[in-house]
Amino acid sequence: MEKAKKHGLSDKVSDVILVAICCIILLIVAYPLYYVLVASVSDPYEVYSGQTFLVPSKFTLEGYQAVFANKSLFRGFGNSILYTVVGTIFSVVMIYLVAFPLSRKHMPGRKAISIFFIITMYFGGGLIPTYLVVRDTGLLNNMWALFLPGGVAVGNVIIVRNFFENNIPSELMEAAAIDGADDFTTFFRIVVPLSRPIMAVMVVFSMVAFWNDWFTSLIYLSKDQYPFPMVLRGILITTEAMKDMWSGMSYADANRMAELVKFASMIVAAVPMLVIYPFVQKYFEKGFMTGAVKG
Amino acid sequence: MSVKKTATKEKSPKDVPAPSGEVVVPGKSLGSRILQSWQLYAMLLIPVIITIIYKYIPMYGIQIAFRDYKPNRGFFGSKWVGFDWFERFFTAPNFKRMIVNTVKLSLYGLLWSFPVPIILSLAINQLRFKRFKRVVQTVLYAPHFISIMVVCGMIRIFLSPYGGLINLLTGNQIDFMTEPDAFRTIYIYIASGIWQDAGWGTIIYLATLSAVDSGLYEAAKIDGASMFQRILHIDIPELVPMIVLQLIMAAGGIMSVGFEKVFLLQTELNKATSDVIAVYVYQQGIVEHAYSLSTAVGLFNTVINIILLFIVNKIAKKAADVSFV
Repeated sequence: MEKAKKHGLSDKVSDVILVAICCIILLIVAYPLYYVLVASVSDPYEVYSGQTFLVPSKFTLEGYQAVFANKSLFRGFGNSILYTVVGTIFSVVMIYLVAFPLSRKHMPGRKAISIFFIITMYFGGGLIPTYLVVRDTGLLNNMWALFLPGGVAVGNVIIVRNFFENNIPSELMEAAAIDGADDFTTFFRIVVPLSRPIMAVMVVFSMVAFWNDWFTSLIYLSKDQYPFPMVLRGILITTEAMKDMWSGMSYADANRMAELVKFASMIVAAVPMLVIYPFVQKYFEKGFMTGAVKG
Repeated sequence: MSVKKTATKEKSPKDVPAPSGEVVVPGKSLGSRILQSWQLYAMLLIPVIITIIYKYIPMYGIQIAFRDYKPNRGFFGSKWVGFDWFERFFTAPNFKRMIVNTVKLSLYGLLWSFPVPIILSLAINQLRFKRFKRVVQTVLYAPHFISIMVVCGMIRIFLSPYGGLINLLTGNQIDFMTEPDAFRTIYIYIASGIWQDAGWGTIIYLATLSAVDSGLYEAAKIDGASMFQRILHIDIPELVPMIVLQLIMAAGGIMSVGFEKVFLLQTELNKATSDVIAVYVYQQGIVEHAYSLSTAVGLFNTVINIILLFIVNKIAKKAADVSFV
């Protein structure tokens, strides 16, 4: 203890400083989100005159009502749910279909097949050649244009393959092989049930990617098919959607509605993913550390 | 995204052979081993077909960068024009501006945002109250899960001259979105990038630090090392290989500035700094239907990236004995 003092701050003092710094960082990260939340349930005029830094002013839920009452926002929300569900199932199935064979060392051509997939991580056709192939395969204005051109998420395949190789006891596989289990049986009976943590991580990664994606739908889909973020774009970025959305109202009313909807729709877009990830946070940290650090 | 990358990278410095999970019967011919594995090939069939159609055929289609692509003639029927499109791009009025903006935006972005996750992870790693540590991590990860659309919406609202948060707090009425100087700098692009992804970036460093032998800390404490000294002499040396690895990856991506955010934050008035190659590729290709020109520009960008990747990788190999390619 005495020595510690000679060398600088004691651990107790350092701890206090550290916690204080972390609290400031927490505040910086969390406050913008908190502000949007507060603003989403406040009167827009109060927000823009600086009355809502900490607590809502003139509490109202009109913004949220408007989000779900508005046709294009509601349709966008529905589209997003559909794309997220289908995309996640498709994506996770693809990852598993590739990761399992690549984890089987006795499969002839394993190395070549690995390279075949890994090349696509570093090199691609680029925007237009891909667009032309999507168009020529008839996927324009088709939901599958969001999933197929992405192909297989190769980075995730590698994580999952590492998990199979490191975290599923090889004795189990050997025993199964001796009992005459074929690859399908091993896959469905041993690998799938024993890889739930990494599957949970993959599900969350895929969900987040599809829920937040907007660029793919900008290129490939029509307006009616737009997911929630693309409808948000019309409100937040280009503001071109505003005129059509509340066309029957007076200018002032429409303006007020627009401002209310801005904050509420951002919350609606962000909250589903923010609610989900803490549940798997422990998994992805664990899965990640065993999968990656142990190599 | 960062997790996928890091997992592959992490592997390379210390390649520990994984335990093999199957019985290989020696002496069997290749033919019978292939037959025996038919179920594995069956599983790969659909992913391979999708990858060929949507990844490899587009790669083959890159040749339209050297052709005058006409929709009715297809990839191969269109006239061969050599490097015409590249020349067109190099002589475009905004060519220099786009290159400079692309490089500056990602270079400054890298300089500002690269150290943040390292510093954060060193701090988080020293937190002794497990519950508080978990809260800090959860909150820091949060922005990563928010759509870039929402983040850009927040930026625009916060920076609005009419009652935007930043102007309210500082008592100004500045219209940041029309200021070319504000676009690149700390205000818009870089600051929001740090806010969104610095927390997520700590995962890889925290994972590395969790591998430190706790006996090392105990010994250091007995020797009277302060927290700062423990960070300096134990944590930082442990992180160095990972830091170099991350730096290689980042440097290789200098030319691939994030398209989405620039596209969403660009206004007519801040184009002097927000005009980048990726937006040009989109604009020419999807909006103007100049398919060949757009492909040529995209290819130019990719080639530069790959060259950078190899150069940096080579330097790092010599300097720190780490590599990932």
